[in-house]
Amino acid sequence: MIRLQVNGKAHEVDVDPATPLLYVLRNELALNAAKFGCGLGQCGSCTVMADGEAIYSCLTPVSALEGRHIVTVEGLGSAERPGPMQRAFIEAQAAQCGYCIPGMMMRAQALLEKKPRASADEIREALEPNLCRCGTHMRILRAVARAQELMGAK
Amino acid sequence: MPGRREFLAGGGALVLAFSLSPRAWAQEAHGDAGKGPKLPGSLSKTPLLDSWIRIAADGSITVFTGKCELGQGVRTALQQIAAEQLAVAFERVAMVTADTALTPNEGFTSGSNSLKDSGTAILNAAAQVREILLAEAARRWNAAPGDLSARDGFVTGPGAQRLGYGDLVAGQSLHVQAKPQSPLVPASAHRVMGKAVARVDIPAKVTGGEAYVHDLRLPGMVHARVVRPPQPGATLRSLGTAPAAAMPGVLKIVHDGSFVAVVAEKEFQAVQAMRALQDRAQWDSPPMPPADIHAHLASLGSDDTVILDRTGQGGGGTSHEAAYRRPYHLHGAIGPACAVALFKDGELTVWSHAQGMFPLRDAVAELVGLPKEKVRCIHREGSGCYGHNGADDAGGDAALIARGFPNRPVRVQWMREQEHSWEPFGPAMYSRSRATLDSGGNIASWEYDVWSNTHSTRPGNAGSLAAGMLVAKPFKPPPPRPIPQPEGGGDRNAIPIYRVPVARVTSHFIPRMPLRVSALRALGAYMNVFSLESFMDELSLLARADPVEFRLRHLDDPRAVDVVRSSARGFGWDAWKRTPGHGRGFAFARYKNLAAYCAVAMEVEVIRESGEIRVGRVHCAIDSGEAVNPDGIRNQAEGGVVQSLSWTLREAVTWDEKKITSRDWGRYPMIRFPHVPRSIDVEVLDRPGQPFLGTGEATQGPAAAALANALCDAAGVRIRDIPFTADRLKAVFRS
Repeated sequence: MIRLQVNGKAHEVDVDPATPLLYVLRNELALNAAKFGCGLGQCGSCTVMADGEAIYSCLTPVSALEGRHIVTVEGLGSAERPGPMQRAFIEAQAAQCGYCIPGMMMRAQALLEKKPRASADEIREALEPNLCRCGTHMRILRAVARAQELMGAK
Repeated sequence: MPGRREFLAGGGALVLAFSLSPRAWAQEAHGDAGKGPKLPGSLSKTPLLDSWIRIAADGSITVFTGKCELGQGVRTALQQIAAEQLAVAFERVAMVTADTALTPNEGFTSGSNSLKDSGTAILNAAAQVREILLAEAARRWNAAPGDLSARDGFVTGPGAQRLGYGDLVAGQSLHVQAKPQSPLVPASAHRVMGKAVARVDIPAKVTGGEAYVHDLRLPGMVHARVVRPPQPGATLRSLGTAPAAAMPGVLKIVHDGSFVAVVAEKEFQAVQAMRALQDRAQWDSPPMPPADIHAHLASLGSDDTVILDRTGQGGGGTSHEAAYRRPYHLHGAIGPACAVALFKDGELTVWSHAQGMFPLRDAVAELVGLPKEKVRCIHREGSGCYGHNGADDAGGDAALIARGFPNRPVRVQWMREQEHSWEPFGPAMYSRSRATLDSGGNIASWEYDVWSNTHSTRPGNAGSLAAGMLVAKPFKPPPPRPIPQPEGGGDRNAIPIYRVPVARVTSHFIPRMPLRVSALRALGAYMNVFSLESFMDELSLLARADPVEFRLRHLDDPRAVDVVRSSARGFGWDAWKRTPGHGRGFAFARYKNLAAYCAVAMEVEVIRESGEIRVGRVHCAIDSGEAVNPDGIRNQAEGGVVQSLSWTLREAVTWDEKKITSRDWGRYPMIRFPHVPRSIDVEVLDRPGQPFLGTGEATQGPAAAALANALCDAAGVRIRDIPFTADRLKAVFRS
């Protein structure tokens, strides 16, 4: 049994300790937001936060995460009560297919928790690890700037 | 198998207000072709109103489309159209998208045709339904229909009588043929169409809702992975299954010819077993094509068709000639292909993010040896596809595995390297332009040749699916065919939109395909617009004319002129101040020469030392006809520009003697945040009351050419080979 702390809730999961966190989130905990993209840490669609740091959940074995606080997009709010990052993405209509978006949101969340007043260029640099194939980049940047406003940083 | 009746009963409708004849169940093309005037959009193939719109006794409204939500926002736009014409609030309409058991067969969601096909059908069907409701109320109240009004789900009469839509649909009242024309709500009265309504799919996507086929979690579901040869054409020599079979959770190893897959209880178990199988699999690979793919393509022979032959007085004057090339490109979905299939009680259900559920159904039925009636394909969203990628193949994989593993849903997802090496690529192409200018600097003659493989090997047949190619008794793929003009495939947009007195355009169709190819967003238009619009820039330089003015003087279509002027104005073309290392570029096209008009202006900065091109401001003007959702158009246009910049700046499929080598994002780099434009402004030129022209593929060609033209303006070099990588530019600057 591996003990995990996800979105403020404690879980015990019975999986091979080598299992990447992503599969545990999606299949054991039924959390949809983090996505499989490459399994290589090249696209960022699996990004979640562990103790405030953005990590690739497709690469990180679940055994390495015991005792750490994991946050996924589900921890930012719900469709009924979206949190600031989610509201910002909805307001900016910052999605096309949307598959990469949860990873974008988590990387942006990690940045803004550390650096609420990050500049536009810093946001671009911070999002560099995350790929978007639909080309929604301009809206994602607008959404993150809007999230800064909603979080009260600007 | 649940059909329409069960669906609606299960969907909360109390009583069906009308019965369905067997004819309405069969959603196949049972059109009235040849009888009477052509019906609007997809009504021509599916003319019964209740195939599109159902109103239950409780007044709930369900609208059916055969098109798929691909992240382009079509579900929202179609819902807007229906709500507008039915005179109800946007939220009152429930949409059902492509499902072979429920919806009309509208073929593929492709070609920027969804609004033209399905939007036009729903527009007219909904208007006719409103008319039927008004007529029924008028009959009951013995009033004139013109004295009644429909609003918010009720018809109101002159004496304040009021009846809900659910009370007014009776018997077979919607089981009637569509009319060629119905009284549309005029654009001036629109409440929902033309508004930037928020997309209905976004909230689930940003909160972890069940948004994709990848998220389906059916009771008892198992996980499968396929083990693929290094690329299409390779075959299995030997396979060791024992270690994988002994791994925890492994339920079954499927081995049929070169088709290999593993089924496991948990997903990561399937991944581990797949790797164990892969480690022991040996493949025989036919030789890969030579690195100089364009010379190789030229050696394969082509079927040539002259698609424009305009003779007249011309020639003479200054002449110019140029040749252009593009490599194979990936669709490159961020999420590898996925599907879920369940074989139970002799019936197979496949949930897939492919673009055509009916063609997939046909291909899957042939693949697994079931009659079509025993196969149902249901669309669920996936990662954006941008054309024919691995989605159909994954549907075939899931179907074939599930057929041999009944009663439990089987979820298959491809790995990254499988998507990168097995999806059908956007074809490599090359082209040649020649023209002469008269003494006034106008185009006197024009000649254009383009060489290409087919741009569609889409299913419909099992031989078009990866599984169908790999099984021990493989299915024969249909022979590749060109897509005919006026839409065209490799020759899409090969015919110039500009006024040229003498012109000859030849499409060279190359049947033999060195690598697996199919439809990638915009098909040949990406390459042809890149070629033509680069060439127009080259001619404008020869004519010592401003590139925008040079285009305008050769354009007759007023909507084309409007778009060109709007983009130039929005960008600030005339006031633009040159600074060292910077340049500006412009390009224009009307997609397929019959769909959306789009012009792109952009500025770039070129760093000579590094070969880097930095894209600054981009302005795009687009006329998609009547704009149903202007923000949806802007979103698609912005995305199209960025995607095209990525193709054009960075991307090319690579291979060595043995295999595809561009197997991940490290070896097939696409654009990342630091390199996207500083800004993209999209100006939507709305044309209320005009036909829908579609949007999704309008920008790719113009964006590529505007980039090439800006690069030339900034650095004085004309690059005609895609991609414009830093290495290529550095080599050009050195020479």
